[in-house]
Parts: sequence; structure tokens; C-alpha cells
Amino acid sequence: MALRFVKTAVLAAAIGLSAVMSMGAARAAEGEVHIPSAGFSFSSALGTYDRGELQRGFQIYKEVCSACHSMHLLSYRNLRDIGLSEAEVAAVAASVQIQDGPNDNGEMFERPGRASDRFRSPFANPAAARAANNGALPPDLSVITKARNGGADYIHALLIGYAEPPAGLTLAEGMHYNQYFPGHQIAMAPPLSQDGQLTFGDGTNATVDRMSRDVSAFLNWAAEPELETRRAMGVRVLIFLAILGGLTYAVKRKVWANVH
Amino acid sequence: MAGLHNSEFANPVVRWIDQRMPVFTMMQKEYGTFPTPRNFNYFWNFGALAMINLVIMIATGIFLAMNYTAHTSLAFDSVERIMRDVNYGWLIRYVHMNGASMFFIVVLVHVWRGMYYGSYKAPRELLWMLGVVIYLLMMATAFMGYVLPWGQMSFWGATVITNLFSAIPLVGNSIVTLLWGGFSVDNPTLNRFFSLHYLLPFVIVGVVFLHVAALHITGSNNPLGIEPKGPQDTLPFHPYYTVKDSVGIVVYLMVFAVLVFFAPNYLGHPDNYIPANPLSTPAHIVPEWYFLPFYAILRAVPDKLMGVLAMFGSILLLFVLPWLDGSKVRSMRFRPIAKWLFLLWTVNFFVLMWAGGKPAEGVYVLISRLATAYYFAYFLVLLPLLGKIERPLPLPESISRPVLRGGGPLPGAATAQPMEKA
Amino acid sequence: MADTLAPSSSPPTTGGPHAPADGTKRDFLKLVAGSFAAVGVGAIVWPFIHSMNPAKDVLALASTDVDVTHVAEGQAVTVMWRGKPVFVRHRTAKEIEEAKAVPLSELRDPQTDQARVTREPWLIVVGVCTHLGCVPLGQKSTDPRGDYGGWFCPCHGSHYDTAGRIRRGPAPLNLAVPEYEFRSDTQVRIG
Repeated sequence: MALRFVKTAVLAAAIGLSAVMSMGAARAAEGEVHIPSAGFSFSSALGTYDRGELQRGFQIYKEVCSACHSMHLLSYRNLRDIGLSEAEVAAVAASVQIQDGPNDNGEMFERPGRASDRFRSPFANPAAARAANNGALPPDLSVITKARNGGADYIHALLIGYAEPPAGLTLAEGMHYNQYFPGHQIAMAPPLSQDGQLTFGDGTNATVDRMSRDVSAFLNWAAEPELETRRAMGVRVLIFLAILGGLTYAVKRKVWANVH
Repeated sequence: MAGLHNSEFANPVVRWIDQRMPVFTMMQKEYGTFPTPRNFNYFWNFGALAMINLVIMIATGIFLAMNYTAHTSLAFDSVERIMRDVNYGWLIRYVHMNGASMFFIVVLVHVWRGMYYGSYKAPRELLWMLGVVIYLLMMATAFMGYVLPWGQMSFWGATVITNLFSAIPLVGNSIVTLLWGGFSVDNPTLNRFFSLHYLLPFVIVGVVFLHVAALHITGSNNPLGIEPKGPQDTLPFHPYYTVKDSVGIVVYLMVFAVLVFFAPNYLGHPDNYIPANPLSTPAHIVPEWYFLPFYAILRAVPDKLMGVLAMFGSILLLFVLPWLDGSKVRSMRFRPIAKWLFLLWTVNFFVLMWAGGKPAEGVYVLISRLATAYYFAYFLVLLPLLGKIERPLPLPESISRPVLRGGGPLPGAATAQPMEKA
Repeated sequence: MADTLAPSSSPPTTGGPHAPADGTKRDFLKLVAGSFAAVGVGAIVWPFIHSMNPAKDVLALASTDVDVTHVAEGQAVTVMWRGKPVFVRHRTAKEIEEAKAVPLSELRDPQTDQARVTREPWLIVVGVCTHLGCVPLGQKSTDPRGDYGGWFCPCHGSHYDTAGRIRRGPAPLNLAVPEYEFRSDTQVRIG
């Protein structure tokens, strides 16, 4: 009887393992490039965001990336979640001009932003974005870490992954060599190229690696603002279910006691 | 009183309702005292789990529909609004999304149980066929549901799969145009998929009702595959199986919770977080994991029409399984050769799933073809053959009489008996 | 092939031949397990209900800016705010005097004129009748204004005075005064 149990367990494990591996097959890295794990604070199952990273990351987005990349799914009021005060949020919003209207004359006009506004897009539409970027469309960054294999680890690897092309490879016009971009040729010039490129409000040393980590963390928050709440809830749910499971199993054993 | 059902309930309110519409009597009969084989193993939990899963999908789906907009220019953003702005929207969405995967996991185990223990054999053929109908409806529902967020995979998966119908000679292209409501997958397609995606789950509820009704005529199968001979072989459904199902439900919820709270996008594809772009095809179009085996079969056949026929055929074949398998013995526990061939078929199913996620190049093509060949050979060649030539192991005398341990008196109703554990 | 199944004639009972103590222990265990499950079910229901409450983008203070430069004395303008009409009226001196002169005892919903106005001569009220929600008439000079010079709701005949207070008819409360702030003499932000 024990042998049958062992046989069943081994079979179940074998099937289960092959099941999980083939189910994850659809998302397994199809390229051969291995994306190094960057060790973000939120990478582990119970990890949380580092508010300092998020705030510096937002500063980088605002000063560097927002020139070309929109984030139209975020609103300025969302920045309260990374630790900005109501006044700071209002200031950030008011620093941009948002299109509004039509007014009573039927015309569109510009006005300072408010907390409830969505992040301002640098271009009016994709065609304008392409025209300003040699035909390439800088993707919207609202969910970029969910839209790429490797998530924040990939974004970070990409940002610090620019290099000289290997011997024998000629780059297409306007392209740059990147070790992690699929196909290795990316239209975006390295956006974080110099240490000290910008000055952080909290005094942290702005090395390229630090800036890349911060903006990658920020982008992960932008894609998954509910992450910390979700994991905390998950812990409570699993503990509850474990207790309930124990109780239910005990009841089952009691009810079945005179049958076995 | 004339014209009233003879209710046996004491509570006056319950009795009044029951006399006029005997729902309580029915529940008592079908889920209370219903005689159920006493030797179920935990594989028998999965039908109940599937029912729970269906309820979860409908509940979360209804609340998602309160905030979703089925228009190509608004769909993607409306889903993101649910994730960010709707209270608990992220939770409802992730439960619905991973619930689809859980549904297929649960149903595949449920079907596997049916195949291993011969639950599809007489007199349960119709029960089995209704189950295949449910499976097909689930696949249609899931396919259309995946299109709704209007990501890259939503759009291109819809394009590839609807294009399959063009393989039908003569009327193929007209059918595809009819499905699309236009000249490509576009807004009319999205809108009708939303309507049908909302509808089909209720059709599934109806077929599930028929499925359970059919089950309650024949009674359940059991791991030994032999019919109960009397009350000594059965237990009332309540409290024995209500409580055992409860254990299964909690374990199922724990697996579900791990997915939803800690790996909500593990089973998905990152490309579906890129808004649909009709001008740019993703490098590798991959359906959701539960379609991968059939996708592998489709691509394994070099001819377009034959590939389509093989893919649909692989599921439609299941309808006639009761007649392909001629063995008089139900449970593979007593069919030594069939058991291993079936376990091989199981592993083969996962090989197909794995191959379906790979690009259709090189060694993957060969593997897909071999696996497809075995998939069909098992049903069309091996099972019919085994029905004729296999010598089964001796069946036990009855469910309650222990196997191979020499008889012993048939147990009285309340006496404990050392039992061959299922 | 299937035998007809006779229902189990005597299923094992809860107590069985064992001592009653076993039965009570089982009942307590069942009670605890059952309560736990009930708590779980309750916890599941709340997210669904709460998801129907206003979402965060709806709650985010949506405000409307109004330029009142061109609203002459005696005139009124209607603006949309959170999906509802808001009446912005440039009151005449006579209207203000009338409003201030009304004794509180005459009012169904007693409120002084000063409590309802922050900057003369502007009166800003939500243009939704507090009876059943119709939009009262009185914004245009050609509209009937009721017997008290303010607004008149044609649905069931509620009369509001020049401070938007209910004077006659079925409405229970005065027209609501929204939160607003004058950013300059001519710019007011509602909400």
C-alpha cells in the first residue's frame, strides 16, 4: 500500500513538473540571451518597493525619458503612492501644460496640469512620435515591465547593456548595439550615458547603474502599483486557507472515522 | 391537499416552498442522501472543483463587465483602468484571468480521471459526451475572452484562429468574413466576441446541469470500475463527500491564491501587455497554454486543411471514445497494458503542450509529428486493439469486500472495516 | 449493466456506537470549521461590492473652472460639474436683500443667506432639485422663477428663493451648495 502511494506520488510529481514546465514554455525566453537578475527589492515573492528608488526613478523619467516616452495610463495623483505629498503632486502637475477644451468659442486651449490629469504625452499621436524619432515609435512605458520577458531585470540590463558592436557586425543606420535588445540593434541612443547626468533630490550618487536601477524600479511600480497590497493580501489569504484546510481535514477525518 | 408535493420537511417555511416546488426534496435526494461509492479517491473531487470554478468565473466576469469597454480604441485602457482605479479591480481581474487557467487544470484532471477509470464506458457514454461538449464550450469561451483585452496576442491569436476557417473548401472565406464582420479582425469582431463570451458561460451552466442529471441516473463510477452492489458499497453524499469536497476546495483555493497573489502573469504572455497593432506581428504567436497541445497538432500537419481537420478531430475524437475502447473492464487499474499506454499518452499530451509553445522549426517539428501520431494512434489503433487482445487482471468481487485479502463478512452499516484504500 | 442503486438504508450516523463525547467533540470542530468558512465567504463578498463604489479616478477631485466675466447682474450661467448642472447666478441687490430678509422660522430647511454665499454677488448652487432630482427652471430670463424669484421645478412644483432655499413644494432641502473657491474676481473653481 505504501509502495502504491509512492508510485502515485512520483508519477504525480513527474506529470506535475512536466506540466508546469510546458505551461511556462509559452513565456520561456525565446532568445538565447540570459537576462541577469538585478536583485530588486521587489523581486522576491514577499518583496516590497523601495520608496527612495521609486522617487528617484520618477525624477529620471520626468527629466530624461518623458521627452520621448508617454505613460498615459498614469495620473499625477498616483504619485502619492510613491511618497510625494499632495503639495508636491500638485506642483509636479502644475509644471506641465495640459490640453483642455473646447471652450465656449469651440477652441482647444492649454492650462496647467492638476493631480487628476493623466501624465502628459510628449507627442500628440504615434505618427508625430515617429516623425520626431526617425520613424521609430518610442513605446508607452505604463506597463513596459509586464510587456517584456524579464520585466524590470530586462529593462535594467537593457539600459546598461549598450556596448560596441562585436567585430564583423555593421549597424544599420541610426541604430545602436545593445547586448540585451532582441536582435541587438536598438533605435534608442543610450539614455543614461554619464554618471552625474542628473542630480538626485535626495543626494544619492547618480551613477549610470544607480539611475538605471531606479528608473527600472519606478517602471515596475508604474506597471504594478498594487504589488505590495497584493502580496500582503496573499499572505493573509494563504494563512487563512491553511488554517481552514487543517480544520476541514480534521472534520473530514472525524466524519470518515467509522468508514475507514 | 391536492396538487401539492408530499414534503417531509418539518420547518414550515421550507415545507411551504417544497410542497409547491420540491427544490428542497430534490437537493436532499441529489446532494444529501444520494448513494455514492464509498471508495472515491481525491480524483473524484475535480468535478465539484470545476463547478466552483465556473461560479467564480461568472461572478468575476460579471463585475469585470461593469467596467470593461468593448471597443478597439478603449478596450486595453479600460482593462488597465480596472487594474488601477476600480476598487479591488486588480484582484477581480487577476482572479478571472488565472481562473481560466485553473478551470482548464481542474477539467483536464477531471477528464483524465474519466479516461483512466473508464468513466466514459457504458452506461455513461452520454455523460461523457456532454462533458466533451462542456470542454468545447470552455475552449470557445476562453478563446474569445482572451481577445477582449485587445493586446498583441489577443489580436493576432484571433487573426490566426479565425483564419483557420478559410481552409474549408468553397465556403471558407465567406465563413471567415462572417466571423470577422469585416475584412480583418477589428471592432465588429471584438464586439461580438464580448457578447458571446458573456453568453457562453450560461450555456455551459445549462450543459453542466444536464451533465450532472445524466450522472445521477447512472450513478458515479469509482476507482475499481465495478458497480456498487448494494448499500454496503455506498455512502450518502452528505456528509461524506460534502466534507471531502470541502478539503479539496481549500487545497484548490490555495493553489489558486498562490497564482493570483504571487505569480499572476506567470501563465500569460508579456506580449499581451502591448496594445494590439494590426501592422506588426509578434515574433512568435502563441496561444494560452491550455490550447498548446492542439496548436502543436495543427502545426504538425503540413497541409492547411488537414492541419485544421486534425486539430478539431483530436477533440471530436473524444466523442466516440466509448465505442473505440471495446474493453469490458472499466478501470485501468486492472488493465496492465492499457494503463502504461495511457500513462504514456498522458506524458505525450504534455510533450504536445511543450512543443506547441516552441517555434515550428527544426527538431520541434519532428517531435510534434511523433507526438501527434501517438495521440491519434492511441485512440484509433491501440485502444480498439487492446479491447480485443488484452487480458485484464481479475476484478474484485465488490467495492466493500477487500481485494486479495480473502473475504470476510460484508460490513454492517456502521462497522469499521479495513479497506483497500482507493 | 448498471445495477439500480438502492439508497443506503442505514448510513453511518454521526454518533455511531462510540461515546457521546466523541460526537460533541466532532460538533465543536464542525462549528469552528464552519464559522471559519463563513468568515471566508464573507471576506470574499466585500471586494465585489466595493468594486461597485466610485473608482479612484471618479473620486479624484474633478473640478470645473468657470470664468464669470461675462455674467452680468441679474444673469445666470449653468456649468457641468461631476455630471450635474451647477447654477452660477449674479444676484441683483434686490435679490440679495430679499434673501437676507427672510426669517429662519419660515424656512423648511433653515439656513441664513450668509451661510450659503462666500462672495457677493455670486450665488453658486447645484441645480438638482432635492425632491427627486429634476433640473429646476430659472436660469434663463424667460424661464419661470417661481413665487420667490429664485427657481421653479416643473416636475412637482418646488419653489426656491433667491438664495436657492426651498420655500414651497415637496422638496425637503435647499439646493446644495458645492465646495468652490474664487481664484480671482472672475475665476471660480468648483469642487
